[in-house]
Amino acid sequence: MTHAIDMTSLGKRYKGVAALVGVSATVPMGKVIGLLGHNGAGKSTLIKLILGLIEPSSGRIEVLGQSPWGRQAVALRRRVGYLPESVAFYGNLTGAEVIVYLAKLKRAPRQQVGELLQRVGLDSARDRRVSTYSKGMRQRLGLAQALLASPELVVLDEPTAGLDPQATRELYEIVGELRSEGHSVLVSSHVLAELEPHIDSALILRQGELLAAGSVSELRRQSGLPGLVVVQVKDAADPAAFAQELHGLGLAHALRHDGRFDIQVAEGGKLDLLQRLAANPAIDDIVVEEASLARLYDHLGAGTKREGEQAA
Amino acid sequence: MSSIAIIAGKEFRDDFRNRWTIAVAILFAVLALGIAYFGGAAAGKVGFTSFDATLASLTTLAAFVVPLIGLLIAYDMVVGEQDNGTLLLVLSYPISRTELVAGKFLGHCAALATATLVGFGAAVVIIQIMQPEARSAGAWLNIGNFVLSASLLGASFVALASVISVTTGDKARAAGLALVTWLATVIIFDLALLAILVLSGGNAWEQSVFPRLLYLNPIDVFRLINLTMLGSGSGNELFMGMTATHVYQLWVLYLVMLLWVVVPFALAQFLFRRKEV
Repeated sequence: MTHAIDMTSLGKRYKGVAALVGVSATVPMGKVIGLLGHNGAGKSTLIKLILGLIEPSSGRIEVLGQSPWGRQAVALRRRVGYLPESVAFYGNLTGAEVIVYLAKLKRAPRQQVGELLQRVGLDSARDRRVSTYSKGMRQRLGLAQALLASPELVVLDEPTAGLDPQATRELYEIVGELRSEGHSVLVSSHVLAELEPHIDSALILRQGELLAAGSVSELRRQSGLPGLVVVQVKDAADPAAFAQELHGLGLAHALRHDGRFDIQVAEGGKLDLLQRLAANPAIDDIVVEEASLARLYDHLGAGTKREGEQAA
Repeated sequence: MSSIAIIAGKEFRDDFRNRWTIAVAILFAVLALGIAYFGGAAAGKVGFTSFDATLASLTTLAAFVVPLIGLLIAYDMVVGEQDNGTLLLVLSYPISRTELVAGKFLGHCAALATATLVGFGAAVVIIQIMQPEARSAGAWLNIGNFVLSASLLGASFVALASVISVTTGDKARAAGLALVTWLATVIIFDLALLAILVLSGGNAWEQSVFPRLLYLNPIDVFRLINLTMLGSGSGNELFMGMTATHVYQLWVLYLVMLLWVVVPFALAQFLFRRKEV
């Protein structure tokens, strides 16, 4: 089976400056993949390479089994949908006119226009000028056009930037529907916590290099990042004595501003620790926090930074 | 429908929505009628005068207006899409860069040509009804010549605007460059030529080279096309005086005009293909 995206040692330089270096990864069909990284990590460059908007400087990339760059790739673009970051569209046209124009360019069937506008909830605003749309409505319009001609791969670049929580949730609902319909989705973001529940796996970029790739649980295992147990000590108990106790057990811990303790525990030692804590009469409440993508990201990022500093 | 036709159709409709082109059509119609009716006032009579005199005045007017509108409707054709974030989007669609620029170019040219034809056509119809004597084969030839050359003049400035649009990074800079281009071609170029003419004092070099320098400005080529057709004594004495000793071939003038369309258009295509987005 071909992959949605297959990259080998992919690199891109702009006027001698490396924007992306030696990225090798595959994106399977029918999955939702998160593309993570801070601003300037190379996310936009990678997306442009996937869309065939720029030519790779080195390495190889295949999208749906074809090279996306060059003349023969024009036909491939019908099978890929794309929502650029914060697109304003044509303010003087109505929502429906924008979609009709883009549908013609993509050779999408005309009846898809109404269907897609309904799907993203813009049916009632279809005859209003896009310049009167809110940010959330423009993003939904962007999503509608990305789905024209039912593309096999949908690329969403920072789709929730500037959206309120309600609009963000609605957007991810549609992403979930796309996956169940068999589309492959690549969604970039720097808001890690928000992306985590919606993706099957992640590609993490840092300074143009692929830091890690895999499902969130795989990444957790790979990173060896400790889990976190948050403990609330009873009012009557002495926090200092509890801290001393933790110290005696050799457990790394930190006191939060709200008076709760963060206790770091290795993946294997979690159950043992929980039994101990449950038996401790000084403890009021226990919360187990799994290593989130955000912490994972910080952990991995910090790791390379230290290596970089040592090298320098 | 081809991608070029789809893009051209959108630009064509946008130009009429933005009303620039409608303004040109109305301006041409009103001024053509006004000049035709009041053109003879200095000689003591009002009423529709000959088409030739009207055309000569309209040539002077079109030489200012058509380049300006061509630049105005087309300067943001690529940089504008870059500004509102749609350039990457459209380039991710199944169209080539060549098709995008070609479609936009053709759409704007068609809009400007339509405005010229409709505006001027309306005036011609009215004059024909009011003044049956204006009907003659020669008049029709001159009218056709005017509309064709004005459309080519518009196309050449749309092509120049497309070069500006693909080379600039933001809309404000593109608008500034468009304005500079207009001033340079409408005013500065002719002033510079006039200065050369005065300073050189009428030597032999001037006689052979000077008339050909006018080829370097599409606006002057447009004037020459129309004044060559209309002959001297049509109200552009200064301009004709500059070139009186040289006989221009109409086909050469049209060839030069066509080059002023094709060369900037090809340059814009070349530059856009190499542009990093």
